[in-house]
Amino acid sequence: MSEHYEPLQRRVVTVPFVLLGLVALVGLYYLGVRFVNGMGAVTNLNGGFPWGIWVVYDIVVGTALACGGYALAVTVYIFNKGKYHPLMRAALLASLLGYGLGGLGAIIDMGRWWQFYNLFLPWQMNFNSVMLEVGLCVSAYIIVLMIEFSPTVMEKFKAEALQARLNKVLFLVIALGVLLPTMHQSSLGTMLIAMGWKVHPLWQTLHLQPLLAVLTAFTMGFAIVVWEASLSSIGFRRTPETHLLSGLGKIIVGLISVYLLIRFGEIIYRGKLSLAFAGDLGSLMFVIETALFVYPLVVLLSPKGRENGRSLLWAAVSMLLAGSLYRFNAFLITMDPGQGYSYFPSFPEIMVTLGLVAIEIMVFLFVVKTFPVLPRDHQPAADAKSAA
Amino acid sequence: MNRRDFLKTSLGSAAMAATAGVAEARPNLEPAPQAIGMLFDSTLCVGCKACVTACKTVNGNKPTIVGEDLQWDSARDLAPETFNVIKVYTDGNQLTKDSEVDGFAFEKRSCMHCVDPGCVSVCPVTALVKDPVTGIVTYDVDACIGCRTCMTGCPYNVPQFDYDNPFGALHKCEMCNQKGLERINNGMMTGCAEACPTGATLFGSREALLDEAKKRMALKPGEVYNYPRGDVRDPSSYHEKAVPEYRQHIWGEKEAGGTNVMHISSIPFDKLGMPPLGERSFVSISESVQHTLYSYMALPAVVLGGLTWLVKRNTDGDDEGGEQ
Ligand code: SF4
Ligand code: SF4
Ligand code: SF4
Repeated sequence: MSEHYEPLQRRVVTVPFVLLGLVALVGLYYLGVRFVNGMGAVTNLNGGFPWGIWVVYDIVVGTALACGGYALAVTVYIFNKGKYHPLMRAALLASLLGYGLGGLGAIIDMGRWWQFYNLFLPWQMNFNSVMLEVGLCVSAYIIVLMIEFSPTVMEKFKAEALQARLNKVLFLVIALGVLLPTMHQSSLGTMLIAMGWKVHPLWQTLHLQPLLAVLTAFTMGFAIVVWEASLSSIGFRRTPETHLLSGLGKIIVGLISVYLLIRFGEIIYRGKLSLAFAGDLGSLMFVIETALFVYPLVVLLSPKGRENGRSLLWAAVSMLLAGSLYRFNAFLITMDPGQGYSYFPSFPEIMVTLGLVAIEIMVFLFVVKTFPVLPRDHQPAADAKSAA
Repeated sequence: MNRRDFLKTSLGSAAMAATAGVAEARPNLEPAPQAIGMLFDSTLCVGCKACVTACKTVNGNKPTIVGEDLQWDSARDLAPETFNVIKVYTDGNQLTKDSEVDGFAFEKRSCMHCVDPGCVSVCPVTALVKDPVTGIVTYDVDACIGCRTCMTGCPYNVPQFDYDNPFGALHKCEMCNQKGLERINNGMMTGCAEACPTGATLFGSREALLDEAKKRMALKPGEVYNYPRGDVRDPSSYHEKAVPEYRQHIWGEKEAGGTNVMHISSIPFDKLGMPPLGERSFVSISESVQHTLYSYMALPAVVLGGLTWLVKRNTDGDDEGGEQ
């Protein structure tokens, strides 16, 4: 039995859990309609906007939000910062669920889903296609995440022999778990190059797309780790892991600085800065997005901000919004395919996405309460037991 | 400078500069050796839409019915059942044909059969292919997974997905040469070119059509020219008409690597709804970036080796990796 992790001894079925369940049911209902009557019956997709929130939230943004396991794995294993290890399992679980959601989103959005296996037939593969790379890498990474998370499950069922055997090869799986997200997260950026003139010039950075995509995946990955850890300490009234999180704050400051330097460098170098002040939707979104990136930078720059649990939480929220908005802006909000096409998600479309997210959160809550995922609470808060 | 101007001027040159430094940068693809195409001369089009009807007939597509107007095909834009439409440009009092000010003009919209097609480059399962000989871009419904990446990668928003069908597919013009129709392979011309009464839609090899377009550019406005109909290499008939004031621009000669379906007109093409494209195709850039990053999977393998070594070193002597 692990010395370091333990299941949270709380009730699984709570009021928020039931409310999430209701949202999930509504989403599942519309999902049923989609499969019976076609995508047109529930979505507002059209000839100019073939991708709506199902692709852009569930896959493009969702997998970036699921980069916590990736970001932490790089820190712990590549840069050998083992002290962050206690955060690892929760991050891996969130990543597994987020990527699972991405995979599910891909299937429900696939117009000819019953032929999905063509993606895996070598003679059908188009190696020039960035989408092929994303599809294969995401599929492989979901399997890798399952293996990475499996020790938690084995621990629960006391499958010690199996666990010992897995540990011998786990390093290889972990390395894959670092490589695969680097590959497909950068490819999500490369995808924007092929979309060409439809992407707003402020977001069409051509050969810099993959780099910016990986950087935002990292910032969002770290932000989600900080966010989850702070929230679970507040929500479950556990001792906060602020001492670990403030260290991540430093890494975050570095990442955002590099990101902003490249982002603005490109815009100034290509003479696009005037577009940021054009007073249209594109410039407005750019200003909001930039502000959301700058806020955590300012907060976390001071040691005070890094050590305060609450300001750390707000910085993380801002960064999550910043990275999400960056991707939403590039893929959807400021995208313009011309010819009078426009898109705004329909109510059923939104409900399907919310329903899937609700299921994701429900599974997360269920698993942390039944499996040894969260770090053992060393100084149990006085009221923790009574709150349960 | 607005978004469109920016895209047309700066982005094009920036793309050139950006990819100049990338190793293995792939240039635009070249036209197929015996590329088949069409030339649409907007100044000859009278807006009769015979080509729209012919296209639906030969491809077995149903008419687009709007409201209770059962006697008309009301197709206004490309759709799953519409591979070809005629759009109208209007300005001011709309009195003069082919005049940018106070005038009107017609424009054909159908697949351009790009020389460096975005749809082909981005499709993960090779459902869209460019024929190596004719350059025609065709679709394989049995391969397609319906991801619609092709729609995002097409600079002209041509491929249309049938959202209203739970087992929908992608639909676009395949130059009347898809399996089961194969008009080109059988020595026929495209349905739309055959039906066109004025020769506004002209069929032929890309080479011959480009020559014809260049010839028209060189004509003096007002002089009489004998316009061919049908196949430019073997016209079915001719008609004489005064030459209009052509823009000195053959759309599709160079745009994003060029297209096999080319357009000429006396109205600027952006007014006719053509996208802001430079000469470099966007997919030649994305493929260059992608292949440079991966160098055909060798780079990831090397990186994996390095990562494995680091992880092994950092997890040794610990049952779950990382020091506690
Ligand atoms: S070539 Fe055939 S399919 Fe294409 S627009 Fe003309 S008639 Fe329609
Ligand atoms: S116009 Fe669009 S659909 Fe047609 S070949 Fe070009 S990229 Fe493909
Ligand atoms: S929708 Fe079909 S044809 Fe288009 S990119 Fe996807 S698999 Fe290829």
